[in-house]
Amino acid sequence: MTAGTVKAPLAARPTRGRRNAELAMLLFGMAIVAAYGAIVEGTVLGRVTPDFWVPAAILAATFLALHLAIRFLAPYADPVLLPAVALLNGVGVGFLRRLDLSPEAGEAVRDLTVFGGVGGRQLAWTLAAVVGAIVLLAVVRDHRTVSKYAYTLCLIGIVLVMIPALLPSAYSEINGAKLWIIVGGFSIQPGEFAKIMLLSFYAYYLVRKREVLSLASKRFLGVDFPRGRDLGPVIVVWLLSLMVLVFEKDLGTSLLYFGMFVATLYVATERASWLIIGLALFFGGAFSAYYLGKLVGGPFSNFVVRAETWLDPFADAHGGGFQLTQSLLGLGTGGLFGAGPGAGQPGEIPEVHNDFIFAGMGEEIGLFGLTALLAVYLLIVVRGLRTALGVRDSFGKLVAGGLAFTLGLQLFVIIGGVSKLIPLTGQTTPFLSAGGSSLMANWLLIAVLLRISDAARAPADAAPGGVVAPPSHMHGAQTEVIRP
Amino acid sequence: MPEIVVTVARFGFLILLWIFVFAVVGVIRRDLFAGGRPSRLVAAPRANLATLAGGSPGKPAKGRAAHQLVVTAGQLAGTRITLGEAQITIGRAEDSTLVITDDYASARHARLVPRGGQWFVEDLGSTNGTYLDRTKVSGPTPVPLGVPIRIGRTSLELRP
Repeated sequence: MTAGTVKAPLAARPTRGRRNAELAMLLFGMAIVAAYGAIVEGTVLGRVTPDFWVPAAILAATFLALHLAIRFLAPYADPVLLPAVALLNGVGVGFLRRLDLSPEAGEAVRDLTVFGGVGGRQLAWTLAAVVGAIVLLAVVRDHRTVSKYAYTLCLIGIVLVMIPALLPSAYSEINGAKLWIIVGGFSIQPGEFAKIMLLSFYAYYLVRKREVLSLASKRFLGVDFPRGRDLGPVIVVWLLSLMVLVFEKDLGTSLLYFGMFVATLYVATERASWLIIGLALFFGGAFSAYYLGKLVGGPFSNFVVRAETWLDPFADAHGGGFQLTQSLLGLGTGGLFGAGPGAGQPGEIPEVHNDFIFAGMGEEIGLFGLTALLAVYLLIVVRGLRTALGVRDSFGKLVAGGLAFTLGLQLFVIIGGVSKLIPLTGQTTPFLSAGGSSLMANWLLIAVLLRISDAARAPADAAPGGVVAPPSHMHGAQTEVIRP
Repeated sequence: MPEIVVTVARFGFLILLWIFVFAVVGVIRRDLFAGGRPSRLVAAPRANLATLAGGSPGKPAKGRAAHQLVVTAGQLAGTRITLGEAQITIGRAEDSTLVITDDYASARHARLVPRGGQWFVEDLGSTNGTYLDRTKVSGPTPVPLGVPIRIGRTSLELRP
């Protein structure tokens, strides 16, 4: 159905907006979401209720609003990002509704109104997240202006990360991880938002210092180390966020921040030594935490438990390994083609609406379906990296590349975790998992990518800042390298 | 619901998902081929260099008008700009069309101006100069396709 929009004369200019292709893909994606809802109801209830299409229609209306906003605010933005993310988000909402339809044994029938239950709440959060994305696109007309607020963003980011650590557990702890701010029945995860802010700061700082970082270095053991004073601020920011995160007992997020940091540094300096240093630091840290846990226990015992669960989840299948065992059984039951949407028993897997959503879906759509979802994720990450290649300023390059990489890394950490490729660390699956903060933060991330891709793909005369722009305070700020 | 309907719907859904993936790839594919190959670092044909040496700007051959400006070396390597009607400013200043972070570049280093279908490069009084291939640019100079413009460690080329 989209073939007509894909075809175009060969001589066409490459950087047309391609908004119609985006619209067609978006409608196609929403049709898939509606079909998913119908199949789920047909399987679980035995009949399709007359208003099965309502959630899909609400989602479609929401994303169409974003599409219209893009037409006006970022006409040259990448046409693939919105439909791909919308499909994932829609399938996520559909799966959460499916969980509402067949409550676990002993649980009261869940609220099935449009905005009720887990699925309904996710739907409401999607509305809020898309509004947030539109606001971001409207406020930030040129991504380069963000670099002026880099230090402010950094400060806000650090404060956001630190708040849950300082709050008493009653207001900040869910399932042993102190990552939340709980006010009334309402909880937000500030660390998700801090991700984007910290990355903007890294990008700004590294743009100013990249020359120094890649030129002025001391060679030690065949690896180039930069001077301490050039790296100081970044290391301080990283140590601070890492310390707080270890204190908050969330390994996954700290791994994510670390990966983001190393990747941005690598992109900025084009030096493989950063990857080597980063990987060595990470594996060294993980191994020493494991052996310290074995010898000393105490704060490190958490690592030992996780590693042993990972190595042999079936050893303690009803205790520590319960989650992972159920996840693997779910994926195994699904097999190649899955039991069919609505035909599995995702209720058996703990936390299926959150960390383990991928295992729950795997049981129903099988390897074939999961691979399709992973391909959609892959395409989103690829478009992010492509944006980084295409954009004409270094700040945009680092932000786009870093955000795309972070998305990919988060996906690897959680899907590797539920499929027992790597030890499990709690992470949300972007756009699929239930959770307002994660959804909101990831939509903001997509909005930033849309903004940068607009600048990257716009023809030169339409590029923001290309016509009239006030002189910036950054003039001449990069003359840091002095040669004899 | 009859079992056959459920089975058809179940596989139909998986097939729809994959059709979506391939449709997205189709959209991207057009972008890729329209955008050319950024990894091609080998210099483009230099047949047009003769016009430069001859001194007469001449008209660009039909169908060989420049449509893209490609960065072939330097930190922005792989970046491409689609050319329109407006001039392109190059320099370290944040409001340049192409912002290059290069030690040897000035804040407002050079600009590319279209005139009657031909692009001219002009140095804006930079410290280290602008070079068209090996020649230092002193006044507005026509830029043939595929000839590198060098600014500091950055190299740019016009492509059809």
